[in-house]
Amino acid sequence: MLDFVQQLVSGIALGCVYGLIALGFVLVYKATEVVNFAQGDLMMLGGFFAFTFIGMLGLNYWLGFAGAVAAMALFGMLAERVVVRPILGYPQFSIIMATIGLGYFLRSVAGIIWGTDDFKIETPFSQGVLRIGGLVLAYDKLSVIAATIILCALLYLFFNRTTLGTAMRASSENMLAAYYMGIPVKRVVSIVWAISAAVATCAGVLLAPITFIHSNVGLVLGLKAFPAAVLGGFGSIPGAVVGGVLIGVIESMAGFYLPQGWKDVAPYIVLLAVLLLKPEGLFGLHVRKKV
Amino acid sequence: MSYFRAENLSLHFGGLKAVDAVSFAVEKGEILSIIGPNGAGKSSIFNLISRIYPPTSGRIFFEEQDITEQPAYDIAKLGIARTFQNIELFENATVLSNLLVGRHRHSTTQLWQELLFLPSVRATEKVHRRRVEQVIEFLDLEPYRDKLISGLPYGVRKVIELARALCSEPKLILLDEPSSGLNVEETDDMSFWIRDMRSDLGITVLMVEHDMTLVNRVSDRVIALNYGRVLAMGSPAEVQQHPDVVAAYLGA
Amino acid sequence: MRFLFKTDYEDDIKLFPHSGYVFSYGLLLAVLLIAPYVLSSYLMSQLVFVCIYAIVGVGLLILTGFTGQASLGHAAFLAIGAYTAAYLQQFNVPFPVYFLTAGLLTGVVGALVGFPALRLQGIYLVIATISFAFIVEEILARWESVTHGNEGMRVKTLYFLGTAVPRDGPTFYYLCLAVLVLTIVGSLNLLRSPTGRAFVAIRDSETAARSMGINVSLYKVKSFAISAAITGLAGVLFAHKLSFISPEMFTLQLSIEFIIVILIGGAFSLHGAVLGAIFLVMIDPFLTYLKDDMPGVIAGLAATLGAGTERAAHIQDAVAAFASANGLKGAIYGIIIVLFVLFEPLGLYGRWLKIKLFFQVFPLYKRATFKRQKIYVKSERNR
Repeated sequence: MLDFVQQLVSGIALGCVYGLIALGFVLVYKATEVVNFAQGDLMMLGGFFAFTFIGMLGLNYWLGFAGAVAAMALFGMLAERVVVRPILGYPQFSIIMATIGLGYFLRSVAGIIWGTDDFKIETPFSQGVLRIGGLVLAYDKLSVIAATIILCALLYLFFNRTTLGTAMRASSENMLAAYYMGIPVKRVVSIVWAISAAVATCAGVLLAPITFIHSNVGLVLGLKAFPAAVLGGFGSIPGAVVGGVLIGVIESMAGFYLPQGWKDVAPYIVLLAVLLLKPEGLFGLHVRKKV
Repeated sequence: MSYFRAENLSLHFGGLKAVDAVSFAVEKGEILSIIGPNGAGKSSIFNLISRIYPPTSGRIFFEEQDITEQPAYDIAKLGIARTFQNIELFENATVLSNLLVGRHRHSTTQLWQELLFLPSVRATEKVHRRRVEQVIEFLDLEPYRDKLISGLPYGVRKVIELARALCSEPKLILLDEPSSGLNVEETDDMSFWIRDMRSDLGITVLMVEHDMTLVNRVSDRVIALNYGRVLAMGSPAEVQQHPDVVAAYLGA
Repeated sequence: MRFLFKTDYEDDIKLFPHSGYVFSYGLLLAVLLIAPYVLSSYLMSQLVFVCIYAIVGVGLLILTGFTGQASLGHAAFLAIGAYTAAYLQQFNVPFPVYFLTAGLLTGVVGALVGFPALRLQGIYLVIATISFAFIVEEILARWESVTHGNEGMRVKTLYFLGTAVPRDGPTFYYLCLAVLVLTIVGSLNLLRSPTGRAFVAIRDSETAARSMGINVSLYKVKSFAISAAITGLAGVLFAHKLSFISPEMFTLQLSIEFIIVILIGGAFSLHGAVLGAIFLVMIDPFLTYLKDDMPGVIAGLAATLGAGTERAAHIQDAVAAFASANGLKGAIYGIIIVLFVLFEPLGLYGRWLKIKLFFQVFPLYKRATFKRQKIYVKSERNR
């Protein structure tokens, strides 16, 4: 029983990281209907930025964290300006391919700059555990869960309560109509990319104590976060986190209770099963085309 | 018994009754128009007939056969073709291949024969091509044969959609607002074609239309619809003078 | 400019619209046939890979380009073809039998994947195919009695009609070329038949396709099956070319490479598959060139431009360091994809058409002829 709870918590913590990356997917998708395949790589880059600030320049953890988030937000805007802006309004497939290209580029450049070794960031949560009875919970995992809840709540409020959030939802429904209504669509998209890069950075930094940062971490985790977003319905912020947690828990349970090899495929098997029964994901809306 | 018949057809979306217990019949060789204000459920009736939506209740009969449960693709095979209100053409294909898709219900070749392009496939392809050419001639589409749809003006697309429906050699054709977006001249052409379709090709026509001039010119009978219900049915003149119809249009 | 006067319905059906095509494709075939006697063995080997990638490209084009169903799982189909060949070969099954069996089996698997994919659209389909590929990869790694797991499988030399066909010899190249040509001809035949037109109809409007009597589900499954079967055939050749296969060869990376093939080549025509394959496979020789020759060339250039010997040597080292940096290939891939999406969405074949048109109508070419229409996002969720 204790094992089970232990596995559950570490699954939830891992799932929160997936959820955070999935949040980035969902944000960009919600505003532009584009799936950003480079989302995981933005996370990786964010982790490296934080590592540079904290590990190499010796900044304070929180200062480095904030610096990395700010730098990545700018980088997200830059990436949007260079790669996405010129093809805004063209078929989705083009933009998806462009983000795949961006991902390749970022991975490779990160490999060239920081090398291919694993890096670790020292955080205030790296050591120490919380003991409840016989249960041992590491702070680093709890910190991920707490941060996810906070970020998720903030983003949810942002989208549903602020004017900018409403503008984003409008431009996702119909970009041209939103533009005619005076919404600065280009700036909105730019801001969305900044936010999603910032969220990705949070994921990268929080992740650092659990897994190491290396140039392929974005690809590996991005491919787990992607099913999380799909499971959650790909347009729903709470859905992304729930999907992420589900994937995380499934993975950690499969790793513990099932024979070797199941850990990596179990999330995908569950995903396929869900898609078979409910093609629009758990929280997705199914609307028909009108003729 | 009538040629085509809808009995107590209903389509409800939650509380909204898009079509509410509508019954009507179409006689062979007739041109029947459905009119009504926006949102009256006219297009929904078409979507029920072509099985894009399953009806909430009611039955549809064609040539004495119950087609309510037929899958959507079988409707065309029975000889019911349709056009769409907002044009649903195959954008990135040529006019010719769009029209050839209309021939799909007559294709008999097997996959392996097509892979080898056996003489039998070649022969049927030529037949399809000839039939398509006849429709092209009928609708004066010669200048556009090899053009991509995506580069054509709206009025031409409208005609191509009609052509695609005709290529399937239908017995009954459903026209969803054939004149919307057309100018006066094009509407004129459309009204001639609709009458020719009946007289030369022997096709029964069921159409949804807003343009009363066109309706008056071609229809034998008219059904007026509002809020998913039938208000009046009869000759164009009768229906237009029906007090309920006048009220529905003038918003009394 | 050439004007075609069509006098027979046959003119719209035949593969070569006029004699010019017969001539240029004949010439191309002749060049390809004498290639083994002219090119170095390294380039010949690359040319075999071009054929294999082009076959997969054709398969993927049928599904993605013509039926409009995205797939990021084609590496799995390639793997199934390759493993079927390697497995059957152990029992001395002759080549034609296991070649066709591999194609058939992969086609069946493709159809099985197609069924659940029927209800999925766009991004959901992409993730479903990725998941499928992961699961196949894992099965290959775990089903040790058949696949030898992560140790991989050795693929013996190909025997065809009693003679050995070594993987480096010209005969193997001719075999790959023949399979490619047959695949292309078969696909072209399909595309000018009702089935091919049904695929295109489904791509552009499922609703309209249905109302024209096309059984959309059936044709989607057919498209999946055909695409997978072609990829499976390529898998057999792939296995023989590499002479060793293991699960980690068939990753998502490979699936993405296949997508890159049709993206770079041009996803609207079969020409695209071939051009894209040439481009993708030739990146490797290009990188080798970068590593081996570029530093010297640039240093020489710098020296002639007036830099001192020491300076030139310095430049040579710098360029060499850059060209041999780890992961440069990834960066080049990335840049190429982005550049193509941004500036040449119609791919190499689209570029070729533009150049051709430019000379045909000279001096009346208008850039707007090929201008993409912006459609802006109207929620595709409402499909």
